[in-house]
Amino acid sequence: MVEKGTLRVKTGLAEMLKGGVIMDVTTPEQAKIAEEAGAVAVMALERVPADIRAAGGVARMADPSVIEAIMEAVTIPVMAKVRIGHFVEAQILEALGVDYIDESEVLTPADEKHHIDKWRFTVPFVCGAINLGEALRRIGEGAAMIRTKGEAGTGNVVEAVRHMRTINEEIRRLTVTPKEELMSVAKEMGAPYDLVCWVAENGRLPVVNFSAGGIATPADAALMMQLGADGVFVGSGIFKSEDPAARARAIVLATTHYNDPKILAEVSRGLGKAMVGKEISEIGRENLIQFRGW
Amino acid sequence: MTKKPTLGVLALQGAVREHLQMIERCGARGIPVKYPPELHLCQGLIIPGGESTTMGRLMTTYGFLEEIRALVGEGMPIYGTCAGMIMMARRLVEGDQPLLGLMDITVRRNAYGRQVDSFEADIPLRDIDEAERPFRAVFIRAPWIESVGPGVRVLGEFDGRAVLAVQDRMLVSAFHPELTGDDRIHRYFLRLVEERVAG
Repeated sequence: MVEKGTLRVKTGLAEMLKGGVIMDVTTPEQAKIAEEAGAVAVMALERVPADIRAAGGVARMADPSVIEAIMEAVTIPVMAKVRIGHFVEAQILEALGVDYIDESEVLTPADEKHHIDKWRFTVPFVCGAINLGEALRRIGEGAAMIRTKGEAGTGNVVEAVRHMRTINEEIRRLTVTPKEELMSVAKEMGAPYDLVCWVAENGRLPVVNFSAGGIATPADAALMMQLGADGVFVGSGIFKSEDPAARARAIVLATTHYNDPKILAEVSRGLGKAMVGKEISEIGRENLIQFRGW
Repeated sequence: MTKKPTLGVLALQGAVREHLQMIERCGARGIPVKYPPELHLCQGLIIPGGESTTMGRLMTTYGFLEEIRALVGEGMPIYGTCAGMIMMARRLVEGDQPLLGLMDITVRRNAYGRQVDSFEADIPLRDIDEAERPFRAVFIRAPWIESVGPGVRVLGEFDGRAVLAVQDRMLVSAFHPELTGDDRIHRYFLRLVEERVAG
């Protein structure tokens, strides 16, 4: 029997992306630069997060013609974002044939209480998380890949580090928690009990976990890999920098050889100016997008 | 007791961990290969699934192409899954990217379509084991083998297309046995390695 959209097929694509860099692009030309640099996938957007942040207003799914033009330009997988809870935008992206949907806090949420029931789709979903409970709720809803949120559009890696450390620390703690305590833990985390048990037994998330939100340099990418990320998303960091092609390539090499300081030194050289970063405390808690998601 | 053979898994990008786990399950030793000199520690090599364009570029940058070609030329067994199969092909139907160009096959990338067309299906296997049970094959944005040269034996087909094939000690599959619990294809590859080690 031939089956499409099985969990194994959905999580399997994320497994194939491991050790790779997924880059935000807004035009077919940028998509080609990303592919040429060695990106494992691109995220098709109308605006990168730094511009969304600057523009304000309501950020929505990109125009299908933008996404289609990018799909035609490259042979690597193309992802696109929908608003949290906006299952109709997701239906549209599935109809377009995108390879992965990001139910993303970077766009303005469409539902303040519920995320999309991702089991109903053939196309796989990636979702953001700032802690283990949030990651397991999204997986419970059918997400086939997780990314830690960081703080998108800031070029500041500090939140990405916080979220990756938080999730890994919570996983480590679960592995030494007695079985009879797991139900209370699940209750406190607001996470499905069976997934909490799975993590306690296996010492990792049941799906791939990438890092996102604030990665701007090869060293940032390698830092997240050494902290245990399976791969990285780079949003504004590439096309808001002085020399996108060189920086994209350097971040790819740094992600592959994250444990080799000599190679990291070599690829970090002469890349021109990185994107201008933002200090998190200046943004103000009410403007942080990492708290979107329930 | 014979020494366990060491199988390398090219660890530039992709599903490396799953192959290493399969190798250990089959009773061999698995090591990730990040630098060309590490190839010389291996009696066999697996090129995993991932993005073939990414892998091709990284292999070129770090000098893997010549090194692997030389070792396979001397008889080292090699197995490529999905992107690994693309890397091992001599010819692609369309697109140009760096290839190892080892096996006399022509491969079509993303032959079944995009991710929404990815699927799993039971396929019959030839000569892999005596049981002849079908194999639950997972195809993810998978390629297929469009045509094969005279030295290539097709071991598995889906919908009239070759998806598993062997030539000398070179094995390719369009699908991902490492994502299933079924280790028959990895055991078959290990036999190719053991034959070679035994000389």
